[in-house]
Amino acid sequence: MAEHQIRNFNLNFGPQHPSAHGVLRLVLEMDGEVVIRADPHIGLLHRGTEKLIEHKSYIQALPYFDRLDYVSPQNQEHAFALAVEKLLGLQVPPRGQYIRVLFAEIGRVLNHIFSVCAYAMDIGAMTPMLWMFEERENLMGFCERASGARMHMNYFRPGGVAFDTPPDLLEDIAAWAETFPQMIDDCETLLTENRIFKQRTVDIGVITAEQCFDWGFSGPNLRAAGVAWDLRKAQPYDVYADMDFDIPIGKHGDCYDRYLIRIYEMRQSLRIIKQSLADMPGGRCKSDDRKISPPSRADMKHSMEALIHHFKLYTEGYHVPAGETYTAVEAPKGEFGVYLVSDGTAKPYRCKIRAPGFAHLQAMEMLSKGHMLADVVANIGSLDIVFGEIDR
Amino acid sequence: MDLALKDLGEYVAGQLPEDVSEWTLDLDELTVFVRAEGIVRVLSFLRDDVNCRFKQLMDICGVDYPERSPRFEVVYNLLSLTNNNRIRVKVRTAEDTPVPTVTGIFSSANWWEREAWDLFGIYFTDHPDLRRILTDYGFEGHPLRKDFPLTGYVEIRYDDEKKRVVYEPVKLTQEFRSFDFLSPWEGVQPLLPGDEKAEEIPEPAEAEDAEAGEDAASAGEDG
Repeated sequence: MAEHQIRNFNLNFGPQHPSAHGVLRLVLEMDGEVVIRADPHIGLLHRGTEKLIEHKSYIQALPYFDRLDYVSPQNQEHAFALAVEKLLGLQVPPRGQYIRVLFAEIGRVLNHIFSVCAYAMDIGAMTPMLWMFEERENLMGFCERASGARMHMNYFRPGGVAFDTPPDLLEDIAAWAETFPQMIDDCETLLTENRIFKQRTVDIGVITAEQCFDWGFSGPNLRAAGVAWDLRKAQPYDVYADMDFDIPIGKHGDCYDRYLIRIYEMRQSLRIIKQSLADMPGGRCKSDDRKISPPSRADMKHSMEALIHHFKLYTEGYHVPAGETYTAVEAPKGEFGVYLVSDGTAKPYRCKIRAPGFAHLQAMEMLSKGHMLADVVANIGSLDIVFGEIDR
Repeated sequence: MDLALKDLGEYVAGQLPEDVSEWTLDLDELTVFVRAEGIVRVLSFLRDDVNCRFKQLMDICGVDYPERSPRFEVVYNLLSLTNNNRIRVKVRTAEDTPVPTVTGIFSSANWWEREAWDLFGIYFTDHPDLRRILTDYGFEGHPLRKDFPLTGYVEIRYDDEKKRVVYEPVKLTQEFRSFDFLSPWEGVQPLLPGDEKAEEIPEPAEAEDAEAGEDAASAGEDG
């Protein structure tokens, strides 16, 4: 009997697939149900952020960072603010640093809620999304009260934060931090020991530490492979050096470990939030360098100098000394770096954004090869991918 | 931290004298300039040497300096988890001189080199799959070059009659405005406003003389 020639099947996954986490177009070559080759096509959400930043002043460039990873906007702003501060040689007053750490951790919780629940929904569990998104609403409410915007805060500025926190906000965050662990527990009862969830995630998309280094992994995905590496501990910025928290690491580097790491990180973030609320010092929340921080509205009504500074800062902006820096923060998804080149004018000469998701998505083929089609969805979800930051 | 990086810079430069042209230490960040043909050697040395152990390549990016020759810089940012430090490796290259790929050393270099090719037109030799990555299918040009306009050249819209997306040259309802906010009092040039005129006075006179001379010469030819 003559053998049949069986041709591999090409499958377009996305860009309109709900499990593609945005606009991923994944071209899969399938041998029956098994993935032979996976070729992610990205760039469908490319907005030219880096080019736009080159044409904007440093103050105008900041909001673009909110729109990269729109699930945790604060952390991206943090990286840019730190990079500019490094070039300027600017000191941030303690209260500004504490507020930034507080909101950076709120950003981390925001991100991990979204990532865990969207992941659970990708592989069949609907309830966590419905339960936990209420908490995301609460957190975004806090963001709104601090900055006026629920998502795109534009709050972390070079030199500190834009405004001081309103009177009751810190008490309300403290009250929320007391109730939130119960929600994490509830979410865990639905997922952690769930038979279906474990069948879909355990031993799926295993990656070793050596492979992680090779593919430039960072953040929870690197830690799930058993590497205790966190920039908040290793190269602390702002007041992370004073915070007491643990770095969870995984053992197997599979999808299940990546899920567990995120759950544990939420609990650790709560510890940091509580500490920063307890130790919150008084004083200014932004640098008193008048050539960098805009004056308050009240000052502008009385002081001619403040009015001039306001005008100069919002038209010309401030000049950043020539130089270059690669500054990275531990964003919820991994190492978010900003490579900033300044030529001494009021606009960045080059601002390269190193998005963690870019490196993670690149390893898709390596992770998915030999797995079933359904596991591709599990892999994408566990890598925690957001296209705003990958496509830039 | 500072001293350790200084030692590291001296060590790398000492170990690879043919490849490393210079190294600098600015803002506590170490930068090593490497000749393009030696980039593979340098990165494998940085990855494998016991004193370096830069196991992770965090980023590759291009930077465009149109006034320089060669005009591009390719910047590699490496991270060492063991020593907890970073190093930046830079290669200078031009539009028509390729850079050897480093995908053989770090798999993660693949997409970043594609990105540098896409946005700057920096060519990497022996790259397994050097396609465009971020821009549209069929895009022309390299948008992050300084001579590429911010508005681009083509725009797309859905044409209701043709029932498909059409590409058209960019039509701006208002001319693109780029304001120069550099104030003459504290801008980059140390010249005071008005001073530049003092030195320029002799030049028009010379130009006139030259024109007069040319006129005379042409008149002579006519005659």
